Amino acid sequence: MTPDLIYGLTGIAVFGIGLVGALCVQERLRRVLALKLCSVGAGFVLVVGAWREPPEMPDPVPHALVITGIVVMVSATAVALALIRRLQTLEATDER
Amino acid sequence: MTDPLVIFDLLLALSIVALAVASLSVRDLFAMIVLFIVFGLLSALAWVRLSAPDVALAEAAIGTGVTGALLLKTLHHLRFVAGGQGLRAGSGGTSMAPAAPVPVPVPVGVILANAAFCGLITLGLAVAFLGAPSAGPGFDALVADAMPDSGVAHPVTGVLLNFRAYDTLMEVVVLLAAVVAVWQIERGLSDAPAPVMGEVWQGFARLALPAIVVIGTYLLWVGAEAPGGAFQGGAVLAAVGLLLLLTRAYVPRPAHRGIARGAFVLGTAAFALVALLVASGGRVAFEYPLEHAKTLILLIEGMVTLSIAVTLAALFHGREPVALPKGGRDDT
Amino acid sequence: MLDLIAAFFIASGTVFFVAGTVGLLRFPDIFCRLHALTKADGLGLALIALGVGLLAGTPGEIFRIALVWSALAVASATCSHLVARYALRSGMEGRDD
Repeated sequence: MTPDLIYGLTGIAVFGIGLVGALCVQERLRRVLALKLCSVGAGFVLVVGAWREPPEMPDPVPHALVITGIVVMVSATAVALALIRRLQTLEATDER
Repeated sequence: MTDPLVIFDLLLALSIVALAVASLSVRDLFAMIVLFIVFGLLSALAWVRLSAPDVALAEAAIGTGVTGALLLKTLHHLRFVAGGQGLRAGSGGTSMAPAAPVPVPVPVGVILANAAFCGLITLGLAVAFLGAPSAGPGFDALVADAMPDSGVAHPVTGVLLNFRAYDTLMEVVVLLAAVVAVWQIERGLSDAPAPVMGEVWQGFARLALPAIVVIGTYLLWVGAEAPGGAFQGGAVLAAVGLLLLLTRAYVPRPAHRGIARGAFVLGTAAFALVALLVASGGRVAFEYPLEHAKTLILLIEGMVTLSIAVTLAALFHGREPVALPKGGRDDT
Repeated sequence: MLDLIAAFFIASGTVFFVAGTVGLLRFPDIFCRLHALTKADGLGLALIALGVGLLAGTPGEIFRIALVWSALAVASATCSHLVARYALRSGMEGRDD
């Protein structure tokens, strides 16, 4: 039982939960959140891959990749949320 | 086995998975966002345990803080839109999901099939993970060998801004593209009125603003030798923008669009310019001359930080400030 | 000796956190919950910060812990105020569940 095993499985579980959510959930906001969960799960697996037994330093390349991924994910989330806001407003004005 | 921290790891892992499930299954959308924020913070804690403090900082500041603010902003807008049509939704706070057109219920069979399919994928991933060789070769040795040539002392910053600088340049371009897209999508969209936050909040903002500026700058500066850097610092500085927007101390006006555009492009432009300058000296694009490496990296990081801060704040604000007839005038 | 004192502070801080969480879960409405949470957690956080500060090696670390504590104290007070204010304004008085 080492942290990499525990958190690696956590990451895969979170990814799976996000995947189910992204496919099965109806509300738009929740679906965006599910995709975000997927990205966190993927980040977990990468960080675990970079982990080394404590006296050794972890591998910095996957860390840089995950940081890049987090920033790209926030950009994608922002665009998705803007689309949701637009869509909702259009639907609301249609019904009126 | 003997490590008592294993118990902590197990508990943390369990609560992370439980929060992920809870945030997708809880009924109220506001509760969903709160649970997600807690989930993100605990993930950041887990990444600290995996000795990845840079990633943990980025996740806590950008992946959780900024994303959470974006989600809350969208929820506020959705409730405003839903409340605007005919019947105002109850007593404001207790209105559940915004009145979206009732979705066609998906057959249970489809959901079950999807879940089974996802379960299979997850199982496959888990098997692959367990079967993978532990501690593969990785890039440790390569990075450690090249660190003296990078100009900085912190490996992650060295990788981000020197060895894999193309990635980071593209990342800044992605942010730029996102803000362009958001401005286009939200064109002509009326904004939900900002919530009134009260005097205590104003006082808090006044107290917190200078501290946040100092912390953001510190994070940027310390990135050269310790965990921190442009993205973490930029996200913290973006909080300044959020505070200013929420206290209405700063109301975006159409006349400020030029400055904003300049700030969006600043990071990309500085990054690309440095690359071109280095390349014009007969080197490869991001092969900084060693004696100037730290200066150049700090220059790029500074510009990128400013750009990230303004871009994230603009993503939070959403709509491009255009001259609406009811343009909210600044009153502070 | 210092370790023991620090452990004592951290342990008692944890007790306050547990008490605050029990209050959050067991109290009937939002104002009681806030009451339990803010007071107990504020004290618990201060005790834990004190304990960790005793264990910290350098003055820089102690300074940073003090900074984190003050930022958290101010932020949590503001957040609780905002929650209570919102609850009061939107008429969420009394038992809400």
